[in-house]
Amino acid sequence: MKMLQTNLQEVETAADLQKLLEENENVMVCCGRMGPMCIPVYEVMEEIEDEYTNVKFAVMAFDSPEAGVIRNAPECRGFMGLPFTMYYKNGKVVKATSSIQNFKQVTNILDENFGKN
Amino acid sequence: MSKDMYDVMILGAGAAGLTAGIYSSRAKLNTLILNEGAVGGQMVLTHEIANYPGVENISGYALANIMKKQARDFGCAIKSNVKVSRYGFEGNVKEVELEDGRTFKAKTVIVAPGGRPRPLGIPGEDAFKGKGISYCATCDGDFFTGKELVVVGGGNSALEEAVSLTKYATKVTIVHQFDHFQAFAHAIKEAKENPKISFVMESELREVKGNENVESVVIENLKTGERSEMKTDGVFVFIGYLPNTESLQGTVPMNERGEIVVDPLMKTSIPGVFAAGDSITKRFRQVTTAVADGTIAALSAAEFIRTSEVS
Repeated sequence: MKMLQTNLQEVETAADLQKLLEENENVMVCCGRMGPMCIPVYEVMEEIEDEYTNVKFAVMAFDSPEAGVIRNAPECRGFMGLPFTMYYKNGKVVKATSSIQNFKQVTNILDENFGKN
Repeated sequence: MSKDMYDVMILGAGAAGLTAGIYSSRAKLNTLILNEGAVGGQMVLTHEIANYPGVENISGYALANIMKKQARDFGCAIKSNVKVSRYGFEGNVKEVELEDGRTFKAKTVIVAPGGRPRPLGIPGEDAFKGKGISYCATCDGDFFTGKELVVVGGGNSALEEAVSLTKYATKVTIVHQFDHFQAFAHAIKEAKENPKISFVMESELREVKGNENVESVVIENLKTGERSEMKTDGVFVFIGYLPNTESLQGTVPMNERGEIVVDPLMKTSIPGVFAAGDSITKRFRQVTTAVADGTIAALSAAEFIRTSEVS
């Protein structure tokens, strides 16, 4: 069941996330809630989704048991602020951030890791 | 380089800007909203709005999306996540230039950039954001279950959030710069009666320290100047809001706090330039007051265009 009210694709299970990573070279997944630190990141993703055609954008509900795959990822060790945002290339985590990120921070990470579209 | 001409150009897409966009575009004025951040402004940061008249309960995100749709349905163009590099408000034609080189012109401008949470501005704050520094108790409180926390601030948000954080933390220390709180009496009473909360008054944080996560803070007593280090697992910051007007300095009249000075019709002293929302001089900052400001600014802008064309 979808838990996040965004216009982005919501990944509901760890298996779905794995499938997404297998089918897409560059993936950004924001794992959060419908809260004040997470929503601005979803908004940025919605804004740039059409522009960054080389990246697959998705969200995952932080409170879903299935999101343990992100919550407990080694790259998120020490994270104490929502959302946990993961950037994957060829299935591997290339960057992970904790807490709110602005438009420039997100696009800088995308450009650095996935190349400018 | 494009040069588009509009009747009304609105800078900001929070509650004030979106409302101005709704009113202006519904009045058949060619309207553009330019927004530097996410559409909805501070409104989307509100988990639940229970006092918006006519709506029993709605998330700020949902309310912002409805406003955005209303504005677009009336024909308002919205360009978000843009960065303005130059403002030209003098003369009959107002102009802004974006960092990417695009230029937009309009007969009138409504400035509604809103505000943002005030940061501490001390060493360690940026480095530990999301790793012990937080600005949202609802979002991050459960990461601090069984831990000790510092809350910075003395207003309603600080005291109410400190109380809510005691659901998770074993100890919450409120650090406040004055010898008294600015919060409502009931919020002060609740915080003072909570056995998990202690107070460090007339003091400010000077540094946040740690390795992977926050481990301690340096606190300065403002009366004595003495500094001490206190162990903590996290810092929650609630020290008010700043108007997003830095880039507008020198273009519209502001007071010493960086708030835009307007009259009751939301007019600045520059003909054809209006302002609305959290960035103007006013006492109460609510979604409802921002909506009212945006309405007045749009109607004033429409009147300005009408009278300018007649004369």
